[in-house]
Amino acid sequence: MNALRTTRTLVASATAVVLALGSASLAHGAVPADHSDDDQITIGIKFDQPGIGLKTPDGTYTGFDVDVATYIAKQLGHEPDQIVWKEAKSADRETMLQRGDVDFIAASYSINDERAEKVDFAGPYLLAHQDVLIRADDDSIKQPSDLNDKKLCSVTGSTSAQNVKEKIAPDAQLQEYGGYSECLTGLENGVIDALTTDDSILAGYAAQDEFKGKFKLGGFEMSNENYGIGVQKGSELKGKINTALEKMVADGSWDAAVEKNFGPANYQNEPAPKIGVIVEND
Amino acid sequence: MFDFLEGYDLLGAFWVTVQLTFWSALGSLVWGTLLAAMRVGPVPLMRAFGTAYVTVVRNIPLTVIIVFTSLGLFQTLGISLGADRFTTINFRLAVLGLTAYTSAFVCEALRSGINTVPLGQVEAARAIGLSFPQILRIIVLPQAFRSVVGPLTNVLIALTKNTTVAAAIGVAEAALLMREMIENEAQLILVSAVFAFGFICLTLPTGLLLGRLAKKVAVKR
Repeated sequence: MNALRTTRTLVASATAVVLALGSASLAHGAVPADHSDDDQITIGIKFDQPGIGLKTPDGTYTGFDVDVATYIAKQLGHEPDQIVWKEAKSADRETMLQRGDVDFIAASYSINDERAEKVDFAGPYLLAHQDVLIRADDDSIKQPSDLNDKKLCSVTGSTSAQNVKEKIAPDAQLQEYGGYSECLTGLENGVIDALTTDDSILAGYAAQDEFKGKFKLGGFEMSNENYGIGVQKGSELKGKINTALEKMVADGSWDAAVEKNFGPANYQNEPAPKIGVIVEND
Repeated sequence: MFDFLEGYDLLGAFWVTVQLTFWSALGSLVWGTLLAAMRVGPVPLMRAFGTAYVTVVRNIPLTVIIVFTSLGLFQTLGISLGADRFTTINFRLAVLGLTAYTSAFVCEALRSGINTVPLGQVEAARAIGLSFPQILRIIVLPQAFRSVVGPLTNVLIALTKNTTVAAAIGVAEAALLMREMIENEAQLILVSAVFAFGFICLTLPTGLLLGRLAKKVAVKR
């Protein structure tokens, strides 16, 4: 009898633990996109770019892409708590859209011909340029040609890194790292003179509390990056998202989002781009 | 279908991979042998060092080691290994990191080979007055190496593939070119397949050749 009771207690507590774990994982874990529930929308963003798309330690999401995506979702009829955020790493973006893992992607996604063959783009919603981030007290870099005898840093394989090698400063030394934070360490202790990538990303880093006042943007417009919202090829979402973006610019939310995310870095943003107008590189 | 390959220096990138593999293999063969010698040697301090080194280094992820060579050794401590351009510095740092890591595995493979040499031979050698270095060099290591060609081949193949980690500090080898191509071409699967094939071209012949060599030179007991 006693043994039986012990067993029962064990079973009961085990069930309780399983239930608790189950609900815990539902609350915190990455819940896969559930398309049977029409109220939910799954959006791909960057999780690691301050100012653009960042997952904070407490599990909230901040950044310009996040604000734009939230606004679009709202226009499509989804409240912020119905959004499921998914990490869209650069290399995975086309595949995620093609497989339908996400409804749309807003992840510093530059529109180009190769990508446009695979997915459709709404927007563009931001015109960024390749720029450099330099130490605040560095006066030796005034124009892009000054970069040729400098030490530059960017992310391994990124478009910005390739631009440096091929066009901007072929004679410069280029250090490539897996992430921007390694470059920032080098920039801080003087091994590296300039971190180069899209000005929007740089502004996001410079605006972080721990870097405030240490770095400044060069203000060079070395390329044109038209950030678009990626959707599945032929998706009807493209038109709806374009309407939402137009409304976002018209009612001032777009300016507010730019100011909120890039403001502290003294970032001179371009005016909101016209939908469907791509600014080509020369 | 493969026209996206145009304009990329695929062979150049794999050549860097081969160079990384070659120098790291050479380095870890030397350092790994020394470590094995320490681990079986008569000096307690060296034995302890060998054991500690293998235990620690073998259990640190390679990415951490490689990134440390760049952020820790180069950026913070200013160790540039006698080079002054990033390309050369990074290459040498990567060889250093890969050597430090792979040596631990070479050491353990070699130590298992040393254990195949009958104890009686060592005792006999000692009885005729050979010193420890002489015993190792003349009696033990030649037999040990012959019996571990197979395991060392595994280590070499793993090393070849591990060189891709060097992309994390910007060494322009195959994995770095792969990232560039994925960024530009939006052809994730095809690009990955091309590079997977490239690595098979490197490792398959290595495995076959050294596998035959292993059979040929193994000590029959």
